[in-house]
Amino acid sequence: MPRKEKLFVGINKDLEEITVPIPDADPKPWDGKDELKYIGKKVPRIDGTYKTTGRAKYTFDIKVPGMIYGKIIRSPYPAAMVTKIDSSQAEKLPGVRSIIRVKDELPFPVRFAGQEVVALAADTEHLAQEAADLVKIEYDQKPFVVDLDEAMKENAPLVFDPKDEEKDKVKNVRDARIYPKDGKSEEIDAVLNSSDHKIEATYRTQVQTHCPMETHGVVAKWNDEKLTIWASTQGTFMVRNQVADHFNIPKSDIRVITKFMGGGFGSKLKADTYTMLAVKLAREAKKPVRLMLSRKEDHLSTGNRPNSLQTVTVGATKEGKITGIKLKSFGTAGIGRGAGTGGPARFIYDAEKIYTEESDVYTNAGPSAPFRAPGHPQGAFAFEQTIDDMAYKIGMDPLEFRIKNSESDKVRQAEYKIGAEKFGWLKRNPKPGAEKGVIKTGAGLANSLWYYIYSPGSHVSLRVNDDGSVQLRSGVQDIGGGIVTPMAMIIAEELCLKPTDIKITIGDTEFGLAPTSGGSQTTAGLTPAVRNAAYSAKQRLLKIAAGLMEVDMKEVKLSDGGTFSTIDSKKQMIWKEVTAEIPEGQFSVTGERMEDYYETKRWKISGVQFAEVKVDTETGSIKVKRMVAIHDCGRPMDRLTIESQINGGIIQGISFAFYENRILDRNTGVMVNPNLEQYKIAGARDVPPIESHIIDLNLGQSSTGAIGVGEPATIPTAAAIANAVYHAIGVRIREMPMTPSVVLKALNKV
Amino acid sequence: MKNFEYAVPDSIDKTFEYLKSSKAILKAGGIDLLDMMKEQLISPDRLVNIRELEELKFLKEDTNGAFLIGPGQTLSELAEDQTINKSYKALAQAAGGVASVQIRNSATLGGNLCQRPRCWYFRSADFHCSRKGGDTCFALDGENQYHAIFDNTDGCAIVHPSATAVALIALNAKLIISNGEKDREVSIEEFFVTPANDIERENILNKNEMIITIIIPADIKDYLSYYHKQKEKQTFDWPLADVAVALRMEGDRCQDARIVLGSAAPVPFRSKSAEQALVNQNINKDTAIKAAEAALIKAEPLTLNEYKVPLFKTIIYRTICHTVGIDPMN
Repeated sequence: MPRKEKLFVGINKDLEEITVPIPDADPKPWDGKDELKYIGKKVPRIDGTYKTTGRAKYTFDIKVPGMIYGKIIRSPYPAAMVTKIDSSQAEKLPGVRSIIRVKDELPFPVRFAGQEVVALAADTEHLAQEAADLVKIEYDQKPFVVDLDEAMKENAPLVFDPKDEEKDKVKNVRDARIYPKDGKSEEIDAVLNSSDHKIEATYRTQVQTHCPMETHGVVAKWNDEKLTIWASTQGTFMVRNQVADHFNIPKSDIRVITKFMGGGFGSKLKADTYTMLAVKLAREAKKPVRLMLSRKEDHLSTGNRPNSLQTVTVGATKEGKITGIKLKSFGTAGIGRGAGTGGPARFIYDAEKIYTEESDVYTNAGPSAPFRAPGHPQGAFAFEQTIDDMAYKIGMDPLEFRIKNSESDKVRQAEYKIGAEKFGWLKRNPKPGAEKGVIKTGAGLANSLWYYIYSPGSHVSLRVNDDGSVQLRSGVQDIGGGIVTPMAMIIAEELCLKPTDIKITIGDTEFGLAPTSGGSQTTAGLTPAVRNAAYSAKQRLLKIAAGLMEVDMKEVKLSDGGTFSTIDSKKQMIWKEVTAEIPEGQFSVTGERMEDYYETKRWKISGVQFAEVKVDTETGSIKVKRMVAIHDCGRPMDRLTIESQINGGIIQGISFAFYENRILDRNTGVMVNPNLEQYKIAGARDVPPIESHIIDLNLGQSSTGAIGVGEPATIPTAAAIANAVYHAIGVRIREMPMTPSVVLKALNKV
Repeated sequence: MKNFEYAVPDSIDKTFEYLKSSKAILKAGGIDLLDMMKEQLISPDRLVNIRELEELKFLKEDTNGAFLIGPGQTLSELAEDQTINKSYKALAQAAGGVASVQIRNSATLGGNLCQRPRCWYFRSADFHCSRKGGDTCFALDGENQYHAIFDNTDGCAIVHPSATAVALIALNAKLIISNGEKDREVSIEEFFVTPANDIERENILNKNEMIITIIIPADIKDYLSYYHKQKEKQTFDWPLADVAVALRMEGDRCQDARIVLGSAAPVPFRSKSAEQALVNQNINKDTAIKAAEAALIKAEPLTLNEYKVPLFKTIIYRTICHTVGIDPMN
């Protein structure tokens, strides 16, 4: 039977009391009045030194006895039929253990340059490459299209053959996804056309590839019918489940291990073709197979953020109220799907009428994969600039205009206030392009928008040993956000120990189910399970202590330093004295992430970022001078790792705004910059000072109240910068990346 | 990467001996060479490592006042050297702006002058371009935003990648090239080869030759010099445009000017028209802008690199100003 708990919920110290039903076995959720020792403070990563000293072993570092090396041979052409594969020369090479085709039946189509055709495994990496060079593949080349605009033309080559593909692939431009479902273009047009002010503009954004530090890859090892996969993944259980489905083997026979992983940003969610190939090679070769992709393969085949061509229309009254928002977007996810950009347009502002229409366009390019807030950074770039445009058109301050049009979002309102003050918004000259001289400074802001996502069902197990040691096991992988540190903090908080006292083992599907790190859900999805387990352990220990002190369990408390005492403090026992009496030397409890205790109605994550830039109007180069970011993520767990997420999100946003760009040669369909030299990523000197402020948002919806922040932090960065650039020079940059070429063109200097 | 022999000569003489193998190649810092090998663009059968050769490492003035630089000096060493910073500033700036600290600590001046182009078609084994014996310059109607705006119609639109070459041409440097038996001295301008002359090479070095000395003539001490590199990002990037200026001044009046553009043409591009616009003029922002405009009159940008024209104009006039200590922003 659930009990009723009174909780204080709200933003920072602006709290209201609510009553929430809490299951008896669960602790009272932390709320706005709980002052905690670790939670919400800055705690350095407990595994930090493993990374800085090189002791952390990534998938890339895994070596198992007898391991051989896999290699994938890929199509050099963007569109072709594979008509013949001759691997006889490679087979003769001593040390080549297995050669497999991606498809058994010839001919089969390839639809992008870099698509997998053949995989092989050999005793050394060198030998695998040598063997790959000996495999002769014949292709019948077909017409292709790699450019968004070209693909949308009526006579464009079709990426999928309408004869033998599913129904929705008969044309390059897929049917639009309309929001709201019954929405009509004419209705929104009528609202927009009758508004006092209407602004319409078209924006373009580029394709960005994920470029995690560790490239994609696995080591696959069969042991009779059982399979172990060391995977650089952000979803250990997703890899296990997909491999089980693909090979039709029981999930219980597959173990996926990810002790440390070097980033994924969404591209390492699924098992993907390379994993299946490695598993198959290992089975055929009867040896463990390591298959790590090269940087080039990563760029070509493991996912990307689709590009976009977006037309945004906004209407407003002369008093500054938004009347209508319309977005029509096209984007290419290559041979994949998911190029929509409508999130920001749909959910940031209060408007009478909102309508979005998003179409995926197929091209002969590698399929997209979810990329840190799919659709949202590019959506924000277009939409938040249009909002800015409207503010200036009405003659309102862009911040004031935003405040007025997002009144229903109290969190956002609090963030505007903090941001304006910390950034010094009111000190800026309201007039755009007013500064004299060749180099001009400007200030801008943009809103973030993401969603509170979690999946119930995750569980962890916690052991307490009679020597006083505490161990927690979870199947979760650390995508890089540093989840183990908040886990340790939570246990330390509940058991009155230090975070470094807690031994945490993660990254193994033999342990409890854990969230896939996608949708910024790891912390929200896992930490309640951790706290619930720690709470159960605490009850067990209190009971033991009560027995030892010969008092009722209700008379015993646990306080700092792991000290048990009676409420009147007459009797005291230290941590080890109590744990020493654990029957049989150890107990184990589990904690589970259940559904939220109540419907919070807070399904959004807000956030706002401010940028100051310096624009050289003669070279077109833009320097970001500083960023101020205000974000919310429920109840903050570790403020230090949250700040790191914000820093990382902003750096990736800056990199997207100015540098990153997957370039496919228009004449051959082949990527010209599949490396980290010509595919440019922001480096140390491109990163400005970043100031972040994290709102305390206590909702009491789970035992920890945590919500994610990884994705929200990268959404508004490019948009805020673009708005600052407009303020600096009085000219809109409607295209990314904002290179000198793009800026000089916008300034009519080219 | 194919297997190869690794030869470590202990003298210049030995180096030439080791170079005689059919596909031997010199390795100094190894920066560019390893890139080329990893991409399977070259597969030498022997690397001759000259990185540790002390004979190639020197910075000294000869009896005539010329400044002699050993090709084995690293870019970091050049960037930090006091004499170079004082008397040949453009070279220190060019060397100090290359790539990253780690690369500058390893890369040598000789290697920097001899590196292969960064054109992404040339660098990718996926494109059999004219510089690799094919018959197409993929850049001409392809992705040419980083390509040449001068002399780009001779079948190859690369830009020469060496920053130090840009500075050294402004400083009127000479090179001594040796094959172990005979030395020859060439002006550094003569060292580089245009696509019109030979599309598959960037310099005149024969297979059995190497640069053994870089000479900056004595009279260059009378010049003021300055180098600027305009990058897209500030960490580890190649220039979009770079320029070196050397001026001999008498009071405010310019007696002689040497202006060289990098990232503009298949070889470092000396702009005689910009130079002529400055000689016998007082140097100020107006004359600097006129010279910059003169430099770009004959530019012929490709489809995607038109932006380089205003960009070059800007950095040329600003660099001229900086050379004589005028603040171009005023």
